[in-house]
Amino acid sequence: MNRIFILLSLAFLMIQCNESKKVVESNSKETEKKPVVSKESTAAAKVPVYDSYKDMAYIFNQKNDTTYIINFWATWCKPCVEELPYFEDIHKKYADQPVKVILVSLDFSKQLESKLYPFLEKRNIKSDVMVLIDNDSNYWISAVEESWEGAIPITIIYNKNKRQYIGEQFANHDELENILKTFL
Amino acid sequence: MKNFFFSLICLLSFAACKDKATETTATANKPKAELVKNNATKGLKVGDKAPDFSLKNHDGTMISLGDYAGKKGTILTFTCNHCPYAVMYEDRLNMLHSKYAGQGYPVLAINPNDPEVKPEDSFENMGVRAKEKGFEFAYLFDDGQKVYPQYGATKTPHIFLIDNDMTVRYIGSIDDNPQDASAVEKRYLEDAIAALEAGNDPDPDYTKAVGCSIKYKKS
Repeated sequence: MNRIFILLSLAFLMIQCNESKKVVESNSKETEKKPVVSKESTAAAKVPVYDSYKDMAYIFNQKNDTTYIINFWATWCKPCVEELPYFEDIHKKYADQPVKVILVSLDFSKQLESKLYPFLEKRNIKSDVMVLIDNDSNYWISAVEESWEGAIPITIIYNKNKRQYIGEQFANHDELENILKTFL
Repeated sequence: MKNFFFSLICLLSFAACKDKATETTATANKPKAELVKNNATKGLKVGDKAPDFSLKNHDGTMISLGDYAGKKGTILTFTCNHCPYAVMYEDRLNMLHSKYAGQGYPVLAINPNDPEVKPEDSFENMGVRAKEKGFEFAYLFDDGQKVYPQYGATKTPHIFLIDNDMTVRYIGSIDDNPQDASAVEKRYLEDAIAALEAGNDPDPDYTKAVGCSIKYKKS
């Protein structure tokens, strides 16, 4: 009797354990796939729109051999638009290396169709683009980087070994590439 | 003995499960980023004294923070003409001024941008904008960009709520929804004023929001 009880509790515990693991796994799968909004334009079809920072938070914390360059920008932000070509150059130049550029757009929800998507097509932007529309900026700005006050542009460069926060516009292409080289 | 063996397996499987859980939480903690460049100047914190200044209003008159002494407080906001975030808050600045100036908390706006970098933010264009939007509050030009670094403003809009003792009591954003005034859930600034009125410290006394970086010439 005792033994049956123990067997049962063992089985129960194992099921619990498996279930909690499954929840974690399915969560991460979900966050990576979920929010694709596809509309008429081809740019729109490729751009995931996140209305919660938590769903995209994983991009800041990947433990693999890739070095990630994550830039916060918007089409209405002039210094951001000025430095976009630097990121595009890096995207092309390092295509065969474990380097990934992600451009996180903070464009307004009402201007995705009218401004962002046409901009991406006109400029033929090849780097990955994501849109973040989360009003709880008081939470997510610090979650991205404690010392960030909320002004854009900013860039985070990280890999599994180190992480850097660049709190303003890059002066030129070389400044970005020289920082990137310290990661490779 | 067999019973003991089963208990052991049971315990072990439980421990393994727990380990997995701890690991998942641990990976969520990012390492601290090394700061490479940051436009954030060392500025004021809540509790610091607000430095006085004398700046030209869009109508040509000179206005100083000290002129506002004797009121209960000042809603000091760094804002500008060109930034879409600043523009989205223009109507709310008008609303705040009409609601709170009478209660002793007028809005006082400062444009911190260098017009050589952003011609839209020139002194002349400030006058045009103030007229267009019917600003009842003063809209000052930080000529030579001497004031915003003392405050540590990093973006537009950026609010500093100052009390009658010239102490900074709240720093941050007006509310939690720049894009849609009708969908605001947290009125940080109004809550902070209500706290001062009740003799309390605002909570939160510091919030973060997206904005446009303050424009200055890069050396």
